[in-house]
Amino acid sequence: MSDTKLFKTVTWSAGPGCHGGCGQKLYVRDGKVVKVEGDEDNPFNQGRSCPRVLAMTQYMYHPDRITQPLKRVGKRGEGKFEPISWDEAFDICEKKMKIIRGEYGAEAMIFAQGTGRDIGGPISFLTYSYGSPNWAQLGLSGQSCYTPRLGAMKAVMGDFTVTDCSQFLEKRYEDPAWQRPEVIMVWGQDPANGCPDAFMGHWVVDCMRMGTKIISVDPRQTWMTTRAEHHLQLRPGTDAALALGMLNVIINKDLYDADFVRNWTHGFAKLRERVQEYPLDKVAAITGVPAESIEAAATFYAKSKPAAVHWGVPVDMSPEGTSVAHAIICLWSVTGNIDVPGGNVIARPSHGVSSYPYSTEELVELYGEELVQKLTKKRIGADVYPMVKNFRGWAQPDMAIDQINSGKPYPIKGAWIQTANILGGQAARARLHYDALKKLDFVVVVDLFHNPTSMALADIFLPAATFAEKDSFRAWWAPLAVIKKRVQVGECKSDWEINFEMAKRFNPEGMQRWNSVEDLFNERLASSGMTFKEIQDKGGWVMPEEGPCKPYLRHERGQLRKDGSPGFQTESGKVELYCTTYESWGLDPLPHYVEPPQSPTATPELFAKYPLIMITGARSQLFFHSEHRGIPWLREKEPDPLVQVHPDTARKFNIYDGEWIHIKNDMGKVKRKVKITRKVHPENIQTLHGWWLPELKGPEPDLFGVWDYQINQLIPGPQCSTSGFGGGQYKTTLVTLEKIGNMGENNG
Amino acid sequence: MAKYGLLIDYNYCTGCHSCEVACQQEHGYPEGKTGIKVAEFEYETFKGLAIDFLPYPTDLCDLCVSRQKNGERPACVKHCQSRCMEFGLLGELVTTMEKGHKMVIFAP
Ligand code: SF4
Ligand code: SF4
Repeated sequence: MSDTKLFKTVTWSAGPGCHGGCGQKLYVRDGKVVKVEGDEDNPFNQGRSCPRVLAMTQYMYHPDRITQPLKRVGKRGEGKFEPISWDEAFDICEKKMKIIRGEYGAEAMIFAQGTGRDIGGPISFLTYSYGSPNWAQLGLSGQSCYTPRLGAMKAVMGDFTVTDCSQFLEKRYEDPAWQRPEVIMVWGQDPANGCPDAFMGHWVVDCMRMGTKIISVDPRQTWMTTRAEHHLQLRPGTDAALALGMLNVIINKDLYDADFVRNWTHGFAKLRERVQEYPLDKVAAITGVPAESIEAAATFYAKSKPAAVHWGVPVDMSPEGTSVAHAIICLWSVTGNIDVPGGNVIARPSHGVSSYPYSTEELVELYGEELVQKLTKKRIGADVYPMVKNFRGWAQPDMAIDQINSGKPYPIKGAWIQTANILGGQAARARLHYDALKKLDFVVVVDLFHNPTSMALADIFLPAATFAEKDSFRAWWAPLAVIKKRVQVGECKSDWEINFEMAKRFNPEGMQRWNSVEDLFNERLASSGMTFKEIQDKGGWVMPEEGPCKPYLRHERGQLRKDGSPGFQTESGKVELYCTTYESWGLDPLPHYVEPPQSPTATPELFAKYPLIMITGARSQLFFHSEHRGIPWLREKEPDPLVQVHPDTARKFNIYDGEWIHIKNDMGKVKRKVKITRKVHPENIQTLHGWWLPELKGPEPDLFGVWDYQINQLIPGPQCSTSGFGGGQYKTTLVTLEKIGNMGENNG
Repeated sequence: MAKYGLLIDYNYCTGCHSCEVACQQEHGYPEGKTGIKVAEFEYETFKGLAIDFLPYPTDLCDLCVSRQKNGERPACVKHCQSRCMEFGLLGELVTTMEKGHKMVIFAP
């Protein structure tokens, strides 16, 4: 490979899809990427790679990849598209979207993203340039993915925290400032497969090798739970009760960190009172976890120093997700594990750079108070839900789709869908989403491949670039990195380029500040004191420097608050166990438990009909949400949509391993192939979301088999926590299993 | 006689599939063809369920000879997310194994 050149860059993300920030080496020959390997020098992944990034070449040069802008020529959904130039595509989008803005107001356009890519930056930029308040993860019931946890952390502690696996330190595990967590309590995640939200799951495995013990809170059995010191196998959705039960043990047995509680927390006495409502016998009855196990795990967690909590999306997807998060925050707070080495370390984007605004604060920094306030007035859900109004610029997704459907209180006429396979992925009530979105006057899809959403809805399809084909920057915790374009595939453009061009057309005055996307990057990177090029010249990434973005004990050093005094960025300057912010928003200022809306005790009649709790939404190393089903190296390792069923349950339903069956409830039925395994509890089943089969026909009515395999058709709604964020029922929906009549017809 | 081999510390193999795709990419194998395959084992023990993964080199494993020439580790070893694979002289791998448990050595 002598004529092969090697370039280093950083992912985020089309390709692997995820939110990790691995350093990767691209081997380029004749303008094509021929191999991708992990960059040993990058502290994030230290040379390792996931299977999805290793399959990059199959992804980038896939025959199904869309590499030219497309215009729909047949009826919507008919699958007839024609290639057009970028100029024509931009002109059409401009014209149609200006008509909508002129006739109905900018709020009549919704800007829908999924997760993945560096999308939050460019899509919020376009949304605000156009003037719409409606930026949403459309379909994601309750916005139940990380936002509820982020909102809770901001309200209770004024900052975000993550498990400290040394990721903020350049020398990583070798840095003497770091300490190995004695215990990591993994709450509702399987880090070996988990979504790398700026966190590589295998860091937990690294810590285990060095001696860290694991407490697993998980209704399933996984590689990690079978290696855990304590595994609390709770009933899905009962996380808050479990957390409150653990707090009950820790507080009543005086296992908390009295100094930290005295010096740095607010409302401990009230929390103490509240946890009395959760004695262990009651908690055991709710969660199904034996009282002795809860007591032992809580004691183990509290006595281990330092200890960290690593949590996952089931927290958000529990009813009252923001209250569940609050309860877990109380766990790491009363044990004094905040911003200590090996604990829950405060996470700020390195160098204070923001690209994907995580809070209203960041939005205001980027777009100014006036615009953000003006838009908040019209944002869907902001007048109903306090957290939608006060934390982060998202529209409330359940309300958004209902509004698209009803046209009330104001009509939505168009959608700009970027990184979001709504119909094949996140949409609870997926059918309703289909029906409602079909009514829109104009739909743009920006993606890399056709999928059920683009096939059913797109009037214009704009082809996006992978990380190897784009300039961008990555500002999510650490390091701060730039992504450097190395090759071009077809006519694909980066999301930033596409949205920058469109923004110029909608807001020419505001856009005069920047001549190029790189100018815009440089402005956003300003707080680092470096330009895009300078970071590139430094090797492409920089670790946090001494200051508010680098651990540890920043609350003691006066590095968290704007006024420079010690303490946390909250009203009281303390961690608010009793949360005055929640109180001012009309929410319960203390954590509490709410039973899932569908459950054996909440809805016994429904349970008699649908006696299994279905867990969906787990992550996989092979597929990022609804992506990668067409990538041969990945798909061959899990070719079929499986449902995990316990052997006892299989016997009860008279089904065999490998049998194709229907999972069913009042919302509909979906096909799955049975995988009999003890990994699931007999009362639960588990199945991956995001299944559609790219090898099937795209045009309607097939839509790549989405209506046969899209599991989120069975997830009811609208549903969300009182705060507006959290509570999508992806982990707690009741279902039953049904044999498919004729064996000849059912093989997928 | 093979002098080199792969040591797998399979207590730590999480079944992430990186070794498999790394091998396929390195050798340009299409799907269905691979130098290494990860198997999963699920069984009951006295303490409850056990879940183990074990990658095993197939007939196609050439221990990445072309990488060895460049002084690089095999593709699977380099990318293993839990770093549970080691490449080396069989005699030396045995020494590592004497100190561990749940390990195997393959001499493909
Ligand atoms: S050593 Fe090389 S050829 Fe053998 S399994 Fe690993 S990657 Fe494949
Ligand atoms: S890469 Fe390592 S951890 Fe992943 S499956 Fe292969 S051997 Fe196991």
